[in-house]
Amino acid sequence: MTDGKRVLGPDDVRRATTRMAHEIIERNRGLDGVVLVGLQRGGVWLAESLGEEIGRIGQAVPVGSLDISLHRDDIGRRPVVPGSVSSLPCDVDGATVVLVDDVLYTGRSVKAALDALNDYGRPSAVQLAVMVDRGHRELPIRPDFVGKNLPTSIIESVEVTVDGVVIIDPETTVDR
Amino acid sequence: MDTRRHLRGIGDLDRAALERLLDLTDHMAEVGRRANPKVPALRGRTVCNLFFEDSTRTRMSFDTAAKRLSADTMTLAVGSSSVNKGESLRDTVETLGAMGVDAFVVRHRSSGVPWRIAEWTESSVINAGDGWHQHPTQALLDLYTIRSERARRLGEDAGFEGLRVGVIGDIRHSRVARSLTEALGLLGAVVVHIGPRTLMPPTPLARSTDDLDGELEDLDVVYLLRMQNERMDAALIPSGEEYTRRFALDPQRAGRLGEHVLVMHPGPMNRGVEITVDPTTLPGAVVTTQVTNGIAARMAVLFDLLGGVETEVSA
Amino acid sequence: MSERVESVQSRGGTVLRGGTVIDVAGERRVDVRLVDGRIAETGDLPADGDAEVIDVTGLVVAPGFVDLHTHLREPGMTEAETIETGSRAAALGGYTAVVAMPNTDPTQDCVSVVEFVRSQGRSAGLCDVHPSGSITVGRAGEQLTPFAELASVGVHLFTDDGSGVQDDGLMRRALEYAGELGLVLAQHCEVSSMTSGAVMHEGECCSHLGLPGWPALAEELMVHRDIELVRLTGSPVHLLHLSTARSVALVRAAKADGLPVTAEATPHHISLTDERLGSFDPLFKVNPPLRTMADVEAVRDGLVDGTIDAIATDHAPHPPQAKERPLDAAPPGMLGLETAFGVARAHLDLELRELIGLLSWRPAAIAGLADRHGRPVETGEPANLAVLDPDGRWTVDPGRLASRSTNTPFTDVPLVGRARHTFLHGVAVVRDGVATR
Repeated sequence: MTDGKRVLGPDDVRRATTRMAHEIIERNRGLDGVVLVGLQRGGVWLAESLGEEIGRIGQAVPVGSLDISLHRDDIGRRPVVPGSVSSLPCDVDGATVVLVDDVLYTGRSVKAALDALNDYGRPSAVQLAVMVDRGHRELPIRPDFVGKNLPTSIIESVEVTVDGVVIIDPETTVDR
Repeated sequence: MDTRRHLRGIGDLDRAALERLLDLTDHMAEVGRRANPKVPALRGRTVCNLFFEDSTRTRMSFDTAAKRLSADTMTLAVGSSSVNKGESLRDTVETLGAMGVDAFVVRHRSSGVPWRIAEWTESSVINAGDGWHQHPTQALLDLYTIRSERARRLGEDAGFEGLRVGVIGDIRHSRVARSLTEALGLLGAVVVHIGPRTLMPPTPLARSTDDLDGELEDLDVVYLLRMQNERMDAALIPSGEEYTRRFALDPQRAGRLGEHVLVMHPGPMNRGVEITVDPTTLPGAVVTTQVTNGIAARMAVLFDLLGGVETEVSA
Repeated sequence: MSERVESVQSRGGTVLRGGTVIDVAGERRVDVRLVDGRIAETGDLPADGDAEVIDVTGLVVAPGFVDLHTHLREPGMTEAETIETGSRAAALGGYTAVVAMPNTDPTQDCVSVVEFVRSQGRSAGLCDVHPSGSITVGRAGEQLTPFAELASVGVHLFTDDGSGVQDDGLMRRALEYAGELGLVLAQHCEVSSMTSGAVMHEGECCSHLGLPGWPALAEELMVHRDIELVRLTGSPVHLLHLSTARSVALVRAAKADGLPVTAEATPHHISLTDERLGSFDPLFKVNPPLRTMADVEAVRDGLVDGTIDAIATDHAPHPPQAKERPLDAAPPGMLGLETAFGVARAHLDLELRELIGLLSWRPAAIAGLADRHGRPVETGEPANLAVLDPDGRWTVDPGRLASRSTNTPFTDVPLVGRARHTFLHGVAVVRDGVATR
């Protein structure tokens, strides 16, 4: 992990994951037609964790991943291309897709994910699960399931993994 | 560095850049399999097809690639004679550039035109084939086809290192051969050029031989080049029949190919000349796949050059 | 002579003071006085009230250069160059005489065109323009030019330059006929059946670049043929723009056999290689083409050991539109008059006197101009002089050349030495690097 202020440890993350799994099941009154789709790259591990948790508590749900790099429409900024190609586990027509990402910030990734999803079919509903909501939204996007609300400033960056959540302030970090 | 702005030839790429383009092609191929095979990645960008040499297939492939990335396209299909004689190539490029072109896709019968155009414009230049010299997007789609088709037949890690590729036919006049040989070399494959001496370049670009039958059983990929009628006229080979007898993929030779050997051709095929067996009967023939992959490969190139500045994405 | 010049031609004339004279006799630190188009005296000259004194301290006073091979493009292709603009370029390069190539339109194969070119040169008054004649009518390779008729109006050198004479039998007859008249035939050595569509040297580079090649043998075969025809006929031949190692070797052997063969080489063939074509820039397309480093070195060696008698520019202007066409469609040729000395000095390991010889008295002899150009800088001799800065480093700016065209390949080649003043028949046609007319 990079240097920074650790605000959540691995146990916190695990507990938040379990809580969100329960919330997803409750909100959807069961798991019929529910599909978890992790946003490349940051959301993939969380979608898999949530999928495992939900499988333990209730029943197995399909888990897939979505490459949104080609849908970012903010011209002039080119995203780093992720390692894997999109892979949706099943037909999304009529399904309840829960998009999963590690951090929710400006909301642009989610918008890109919604656009990308459209190319695959027409879900009956789309919900959003994130481990961290750090504020500073630029679009009218709100999460349905949140691990932790974390106010941050724009110059900071946030890293989220299964081992915890770290806030990095570039001004206090040592230059390598 | 200037080379990142253009894809004029395989020389504009190093091994890492080539592998990156192949990986990008995977993404683009997946886009092609979607219900709506279109992404907004190049919205607002304009791609100008400058085709001074007739080629409906390549032009349409590039045009489709640009449109699938939501770029705007314009096409100038100019007879090369008019530009060679009267209107200056430079004038054409500068005028079009003034209309706001982000990339020129250029095909011309004279080697080197993409390099000259790159001197006269701030836009990116993508070579769609220059004379006998280079056809880098063809090499890219060929490499991608080899990679994905071998993965399907042999399992995941069928890499290029040590792969034995035979390129058969008129190497001397083939931009496809030059680009492919160079690209395969970058990835560690072993290339042999097979054909008559009169159709080889003055100095060899790879191990060269005229003994097709002696090489055939040692090849993992058989790449057939198109044999053009003009070569017969120029006293480079005695006759089409003699060429076919010595160098065509006939049923007997096709029968001697190994189980997973790929048979490839840049298209369009001259049935009865460089190939006298029906390719649909060959399990290793992947010519139509090459065409499909052409769109994905060209999307990868367009995205790589025009997708903007590389920065970390903000969630 | 113009009025302006007459006012300067006072009793004292023009004195070049403080320079070093270098000519065929050697090198010496003397002042030179020019009066009425001739050298009036040399030595340690006092400050003379009547004379115009030009301080040439640190500079070299040499006989003006003679170019055996210049394309002035007039009549017929004046978009690229005129006799006036070409003469100006020549003067700025230190040349006091040029042999004008006959591939004009119409061809220099008859008296009227020859006279036209000569008179245009005279009115420009910047350089002595000596038209050459073609070997065959219209350079078509079929019918012999009326040699005696052209000789009667002073033509000494004949060539079909642009092409070689393909027919062996015809070349033999031409040598026999012209040789008897004391004339010199010059050959552009190229067997055209081997160079069809060729754009650059045939070798490794052209194989990668996918361009049709000009094999070295296409030149060497005709060099060999002409040497053997000289052996047969006894007539002299001058070989234009030698470019390959083997061509140089063939000429070396011919001279060892005592045959009357002379040869020239261009500044671009001693400074640039075929790798330049990697940019596909038609500025580097020329006939014969740029060759390999081994060829460049052999040509340099040939100039140094005397196998090659002279440096000749093959100055070949082409307008920008022509040189901006795709490589295979662009015409071959490069400018050379203003940069010849600078390129040669930068690329040849030679004493300055030897280099000046290659540019001056040796080509003058081949051109039949040795009575007027390349002369010793001595009293009584015609004042055709180049005052050179032999060591100044400079780079060429194509936009500032006097030629009408800008197709110089030397834009990023460091040059050493250039002409500061040029005197034609005692008149300063170039002063301080600027043409006076």
